[in-house]
Amino acid sequence: MSLKRIKPLLAVAFSVYICFFCNSSFAQETPHHEAASTEAPDHKKEEKFDVASTILEHIRDDHNWHLWGHHSVPLPVILKTDKGFEVFSGAQLVDEHHEPVVYNGNYPYKSFEGKIKIVNEDGTVNEEASKKVLDVSITKNVASLLFTVLLLIIIFVSVANAYKKRGVTSAPKGFQSLIEPIIIFVRDEIAKPYLGDRYTAFMPFLLTIFFFIWINNLLGMVPFFPGGANVSGNIAFTLTLALFTFIITTVNGKKHYWQHIFWMPGLPVPMKIFLIPIEVMGVFIKPISLTIRLFANMTAGHILVLSLIALIFILNSLAASALAVPFTVFISMIELLVGFIQAFIFAMLSALYFGMALEEHHEEELVL
Amino acid sequence: MVVGSVAAIGAGLAAIGAGIGIGQIGKGALEGMARQPEATNDLRTNMIVAAALVEAVALFAVVVSLLGNNLGV
Repeated sequence: MSLKRIKPLLAVAFSVYICFFCNSSFAQETPHHEAASTEAPDHKKEEKFDVASTILEHIRDDHNWHLWGHHSVPLPVILKTDKGFEVFSGAQLVDEHHEPVVYNGNYPYKSFEGKIKIVNEDGTVNEEASKKVLDVSITKNVASLLFTVLLLIIIFVSVANAYKKRGVTSAPKGFQSLIEPIIIFVRDEIAKPYLGDRYTAFMPFLLTIFFFIWINNLLGMVPFFPGGANVSGNIAFTLTLALFTFIITTVNGKKHYWQHIFWMPGLPVPMKIFLIPIEVMGVFIKPISLTIRLFANMTAGHILVLSLIALIFILNSLAASALAVPFTVFISMIELLVGFIQAFIFAMLSALYFGMALEEHHEEELVL
Repeated sequence: MVVGSVAAIGAGLAAIGAGIGIGQIGKGALEGMARQPEATNDLRTNMIVAAALVEAVALFAVVVSLLGNNLGV
């Protein structure tokens, strides 16, 4: 409970930090700082530490999965151009210092901020040709996604087998005891309140989406190899999940649901005409807000943690770590909570939308 | 010298809005809990959900301010 009370504080702390670090003023102050120090000539030659690009490098997708130092796991790059499919290792796109280099496949390719583009002889981007490149690589995010899928299969097949073996009436044992309360939580807190008697049909989807988002959020908080990919902070990922919710809601929409969008009962006609565009827009805004909510929360969390670590490099002193490291640990703990809450909210709002689609009579007014 | 973008001011304003919103939620939930301690669990869950929804709006603003700073998320 005490952790939950900290949430408003998080909002404030987080806004302050984001304001600070996404602002170019801080980055531009660094050279002054260095010039003032006694070893100025040495420091000036050092590359200026660019906070924004360093942070973005960590939260965006990549064709190599960074391990430590100059080591990384190369991931397969799969490109489709007008000359057909082409597969090569992501290691070909970077040199030993992790700087992007040109790889000569069917075309000369080079990676620009995680996106593969075709370059001309003189090293400039050929925008015209780059548009034809379809990148379906197993990138860091995709690899992390597959890892999550594997993890989910291992967890839930083992738990399902335990139920098969012992039956549903006997007490859970081992790993089953960890998972059962969470499943019950999803059923009692998410499915039943919004879906009533018909919750069983939606439980598979709600459980899948809840655990999928949650595990992805948790893996995103792991700073080293099997985690560290910012999957749930990728807008394509969250959009896909929201699209599932949108499709299920639309397919399940009963007469009552559509009636309330296109011809609400009990309103004068001019008002109906006025409200229809708003209601129709609402149908599409719901999945969009689901998308942006998860994306913004997770991305902001990652940026916040990285900004705090970057504080050490911005101030260029070891003493700053005394402040930055405990704060990072604190924010990481909050992020673990946010990871759970966002998975919960996504599943809950999905259930709410399904409930609205399924509703058939007027007994209860759903607020929100 | 202050260098920056107007987007940062926007993010700050959004934070103020979210702060007021979350404050109201906390106030409402606490009052509810004080009046009906037996409803505490329900109120707490709904409070967290509402707070997360309000916070999300502030985060929308953060995304906009990131875009405004040409970070390109």
